[in-house]
Amino acid sequence: MAAEGQEHLWDKEEKEHRTYNDIRIFTEEELKKAAYTEEELKAFKIKHATPQMDELEKGPWPSCFSDVKREALHRKKLGQDNLMLPVECCEDLLGQVELSYINKETHWKHGGIIGVLGYGGGVIGRYSDQQDKFPSIAHFHTVRINQPGGHFYNTDYLRGLCDICEYRGSGIMNMHGSTGDTIFLGTFTEQLEPIFFDLTHDMGGDIGGSGSNLRTPSDCLGMARCEWACFDTLDMCYDMTMSFQDELHRPAFPYKYKFKFSGCPNDCVAAIARADQSHIGTWKDDIRIDQEAVKEYVAGKIPPDGGAFAGRDWGPFDIQKEVIDLCPTQCMRWDGNKLTINNPECTRCMHCIDVMPEALRPGVDTGITLLFGAKAPILEGAQMSLVTIPFMYVKKPYDNLKEVTRKVQDWWMEEGKNRERLGECIQRFGLKTFITDVLGIPVMPQSIREPRSNPYMFFKESEVPGGWKRDIKDYRKKHPL
Amino acid sequence: MSRARLGYYDPKKPQENRITDIGPPNYQQFLPPVIRKNYGKWASHRILEPGLIMHVSETGDKAYTVRVGQPRLVSVENVREMCDIADKYCGGYMRWTTRNNAEFITDSEEKAKALKKDLDSRKHSGGSYRFPTGGTGMGITAIVHTQGWFHCHTPATDASGLVKSVADALFDHFKEMKLPAKLRVSMACCLNMCGAVHCSDIALLGYHRKPPIVDDDHIGKMCEIPLVVAACPLYAIKPVTSPEGKRSVKINEEKCMFCGNCYTMCAAVPLADKEGDGVSILVGGKISSRVTHPKFSKIVVPILPNTTPRWPEVCDVVKKIVDVYAKDANKYERLGDWAARIGWERFFEKTELPFTWHLLDDYRLAYDTYRTSMQFKFTEHAWAVSRAVDGI
Repeated sequence: MAAEGQEHLWDKEEKEHRTYNDIRIFTEEELKKAAYTEEELKAFKIKHATPQMDELEKGPWPSCFSDVKREALHRKKLGQDNLMLPVECCEDLLGQVELSYINKETHWKHGGIIGVLGYGGGVIGRYSDQQDKFPSIAHFHTVRINQPGGHFYNTDYLRGLCDICEYRGSGIMNMHGSTGDTIFLGTFTEQLEPIFFDLTHDMGGDIGGSGSNLRTPSDCLGMARCEWACFDTLDMCYDMTMSFQDELHRPAFPYKYKFKFSGCPNDCVAAIARADQSHIGTWKDDIRIDQEAVKEYVAGKIPPDGGAFAGRDWGPFDIQKEVIDLCPTQCMRWDGNKLTINNPECTRCMHCIDVMPEALRPGVDTGITLLFGAKAPILEGAQMSLVTIPFMYVKKPYDNLKEVTRKVQDWWMEEGKNRERLGECIQRFGLKTFITDVLGIPVMPQSIREPRSNPYMFFKESEVPGGWKRDIKDYRKKHPL
Repeated sequence: MSRARLGYYDPKKPQENRITDIGPPNYQQFLPPVIRKNYGKWASHRILEPGLIMHVSETGDKAYTVRVGQPRLVSVENVREMCDIADKYCGGYMRWTTRNNAEFITDSEEKAKALKKDLDSRKHSGGSYRFPTGGTGMGITAIVHTQGWFHCHTPATDASGLVKSVADALFDHFKEMKLPAKLRVSMACCLNMCGAVHCSDIALLGYHRKPPIVDDDHIGKMCEIPLVVAACPLYAIKPVTSPEGKRSVKINEEKCMFCGNCYTMCAAVPLADKEGDGVSILVGGKISSRVTHPKFSKIVVPILPNTTPRWPEVCDVVKKIVDVYAKDANKYERLGDWAARIGWERFFEKTELPFTWHLLDDYRLAYDTYRTSMQFKFTEHAWAVSRAVDGI
């Protein structure tokens, strides 16, 4: 692996690190020559009339329509000699979207199967159905680039990405795609291999997932800047991404499979709603309490919820009403002087910690809860991930987690139907099959909200005294017709 | 990196010097020094003002984060401008959040405030902010969304324009922190939901309303007929062969619920339609386990038209829902928790949204959403039913 030993390729804090200047495509002079003034930008008109796009430049929220125009002007100034895609592709893009605003239908065709040699995912084919009108976006493929963990970047690396995206693409990106990738929006087929070459050789990066493979794993920022992270989301996400590269690049699954890593039950990366395999941080000891800080909250010296309510006068903070009474398990007491928590009854919902982050913190005996099966509605309806492994210590190299993951994926690859997500497969076979047969683990009431109310249970022959083999003659001896 | 058409890539020797499977660059190298030094040591945080968060470490160090709203579709020129800002104020580091906001992290409050002022002063040529600060606390952040007419082949609406319009309508809630709880708005332009909006406080969903048109002349060549048939969750597609022997499919239109799964499998059965397509609104979902369990969003408006370029009907409904919620909900109460407490019948009454038959679930497990209790509230909806049977 080329990444081996390149973990600090771009590290500004290390000597000899790679810089933008080492790999840049555009020289400083070229970018300087292509610079534009704000007046020029205001006066700039693209080649198509786009009254509806123009309307969407108004209002306070950042307008991507203004931004695409800006890129159109920049491309013009760079000139065709400095660009592999036609200069006008941003203008044609706005032109085609304007046409969609008139026709109220998309003008992108179904994608074709394209990609880079040896990979089966990461590039989405996209072709215009208006190629005569908008020839410069005849091909407009998406390239998904595997994002760095926590979406942290430095400017050397980002500028490098910008250069490739502009030189070999349209200069339009998504920061970020729904699954988390850094996305180059729009390039021609012949540019895919050169993009991939530069990305792997000079940027030390790789493309992400698409189709029936492991989708690019994503994480919350975790321990990097959050006091609630119960495990190292960034490290686990990176390690799992590296360990499952083959699954990520070469589709061998029935359908997509997502890993997401959230450091605590607040679940900032929506693991419980979106990941086939959701890793969510939790703890199994006591919530840490700083009693003095609790008193400061009660005295109104520290704003509740980290100051999140500051825009409105909600009156003085009332710990009884706002914390104790809202606790879903009613496991907290405030006697006017001391806060107590009946920790075994706590379900770690995070509310009290969210309200008083300077007084309460998750415990220190931390790990993950592993949940499986979430997906959006297509096709059997939306599902959230179900609690499968209540607690797991997770330490590098995460062998215990990888073993469970392989078991699940192997079963799903064997049994899953075409385009059947893991959660649907679990539903088809039953949770008991998944837990007892596939994972070979005990069943627990934590996996259910309530016991089944419909009584149509299965029993195994081995569970029933005497088995199922019976003779009708014996039966008739006792029960003649 | 390379220049010229094929760069360093030699199509005659595609395997030469090929590097694969190296994965993403390691995140560690992109962490700002204050983050590295305090990795795993953070103790607490405080929002100092909208858009500015202070994190305090056990070491006593503090990190100041300025958050800005961003459309997720950005040009490289926009990113380069952010790089210039990050170089000037943040030692050349920056990041994005899971909801498409961008963040600049510094180690001093003074720098952060100067940075904030700078960011708020930058405007696009059309007048919008380039980097509006905000998105913290009890309000909205950037609306996560999908590609829409900008880049997708299956959308029932545009994403960027609709999101821009709704974000403009809710902009005050991005800048201020005056809602009862956080409000997460998401947008997906078709049922495939690559945006996975199904657990959002407010979800906007592009929806088709006309069954597919079968392209009999091409389907036999373009698609695997059995796959198209199998794609339909309601068994509404059957294979047919014309008298001339041409293979195609027939759609039972009464059964179609417009999911578009067949079109995902086969380009010869398009659904998109100027008049048929529009936007559904779902509300009351959430992801965190805080106080109550994570929840799915529920449909409260079956369809609104694609009135380009500004979707005024959608903006009005969203604004109305947010206004009523802001006024009526308790502190800490997410939109779905509020609706569950007052009862959905009261939700429809207060928001004045019409309750139509489309909102009665008729898909799998629909019975789970039916009221099977004597606990309900009387509203005008109820009296209308009583009157319909001469019961009142």
